[in-house]
Amino acid sequence: MTTHRPITKLTPFWVTNAVFIGRSLRLSMRNTEALLMAILLPVMLMLLFTYVFGGALDPSGNYVNYVVPGIILLCAGFGSASTAVDVAHDMTNGIIDRFRTMPIRSLSVVTGHVVASLTRNLLATAVVIGVALSVGFRPSANALEWLAALGMIVLFILTFTWLFAAIGLMTGSPSAASGYGFILLFLPYLSSAFVQTNTMPSWLQGVANHQPITPVIESIRGLLTGTPIQDNAWWAIGWCSILLLISIVWCLIAFQRKAGRR
Amino acid sequence: MSKPAIEVKGLRKKFGNHVVLNGIDLSVPSGTVYALLGPNGAGKTTLIHILSTLVAADEGSVRVSGYDVVTDKLQVKQSISLTGQFAAVDDALTGEENLRMICRLSGLTALESRVRADELLQHFDLTGAAKKRVKTYSGGMRRRLDLAISLVTSRPVLFLDEPTTGLDTISRRALWEIILQLKEQGITVFLTTQYLEEADQLADKISVIADGRIVATGTPGELKARLGGEVIELYNEDENLIEAFPTTGSIQDISRALNELILKVPQETKVRIRKPSMDDVFLALTAKKSTQELEGAFS
Repeated sequence: MTTHRPITKLTPFWVTNAVFIGRSLRLSMRNTEALLMAILLPVMLMLLFTYVFGGALDPSGNYVNYVVPGIILLCAGFGSASTAVDVAHDMTNGIIDRFRTMPIRSLSVVTGHVVASLTRNLLATAVVIGVALSVGFRPSANALEWLAALGMIVLFILTFTWLFAAIGLMTGSPSAASGYGFILLFLPYLSSAFVQTNTMPSWLQGVANHQPITPVIESIRGLLTGTPIQDNAWWAIGWCSILLLISIVWCLIAFQRKAGRR
Repeated sequence: MSKPAIEVKGLRKKFGNHVVLNGIDLSVPSGTVYALLGPNGAGKTTLIHILSTLVAADEGSVRVSGYDVVTDKLQVKQSISLTGQFAAVDDALTGEENLRMICRLSGLTALESRVRADELLQHFDLTGAAKKRVKTYSGGMRRRLDLAISLVTSRPVLFLDEPTTGLDTISRRALWEIILQLKEQGITVFLTTQYLEEADQLADKISVIADGRIVATGTPGELKARLGGEVIELYNEDENLIEAFPTTGSIQDISRALNELILKVPQETKVRIRKPSMDDVFLALTAKKSTQELEGAFS
């Protein structure tokens, strides 16, 4: 049964990546509970905000147009948080040792999870927008603005996914990873996602106006519904790019450190 | 004999203040099975991790297939395959998917991967379960799949970290068969185990490790001669074990030991004789009890 195959170099980078992406997508598809959670939770939150709180927050009935961009981000946050759990799971269950003793760049295992998270989140975003349209969301965006909004959403998802991946690498266990992830998920509530920041106490306004999520939401809201964007787009891109860079570097370092410490 | 498959010299490793490996030297000839026998916490897994490039040592040198594990990491990775202590398989994937994934990562084409995966599933008697998710597998099936995955490409050196821990007798014997077949194919197998019987059955050479040090090395025959045969156990009136005392197992040695002991312990002391266990091995090799020390236990 031995088919001797002398191998003299690293398995091609793109093959490794394709295999790990395929693996993560399969795992995502089969983790039905998590997948349903990632899609249903934002939809339910949107319905909750539109029908339960919406009347009080904006009696004109226009709240759905305000809240949808925030829900899209919340949804992206939920979806990417499971990356922390997935990565932590891989790091603790022994499979990573196998990958690391193979002639491949084993960090690709994280790339696989990131791409799967992006796919899951875009799917969830599409569902959220679909449901939003059916409950009265009326975007004013033209094709170009839709494209720009999509770009912003992708950038945001990638940023938070890499951040969660780094958290997953740092923490010792999937449940710890899930706990840390939960803390980050409060960020959208402290932003302009659900209410305008000028309705908050002034100390909180300071937090809400100067955290990364507010400019991202304002940009998406502006692109989709025509509210003024001002310099929010630059702040959004700036925040995301810096966070993205930090997260990727953090992942690289955390991955190496885990390696040396066992 | 050609150059050794694994050569370890003066290996030391600390985690914080805890010394895990305290000067390990060993040499494994190509095409042999080498067993590292020791209790939990003796440093077995750490040693396997260093040999398989996962962890860097603090001191000492390791060569696998002639390559240095620090400077020629890639060449080492191309010479080895590791089956860790816990079956490293994806639960949500099927056995077939797990195998094909590793085939692809090892550089086989999609078509080659399919052929190779089928071949291995058949050889490890997993064809029937190929399309089932691994989380439905029994412990023995998981281990077989794990081992099959390690053999996707034929590497000359195979590391097995406690391959049969937690398996029932039948699965254990099935795995032993497979390991012996691998040896016949010329693969060098380096395995760790807590079971004397396992090392005895499989290994050409055994090293006993305790507290980060190799305390004995030899063929199973040599070691058994040193570790002795039967153990004399002494019990007090309340049936509590007071002391275990190793002997060579020969009638001469047992009677000599009893003659010595009878002078030193109370007359009511009860005696049982049994086969040596791992505990006795370590006792015999590390603590070298003498009959003089025994007197204290009864006073």
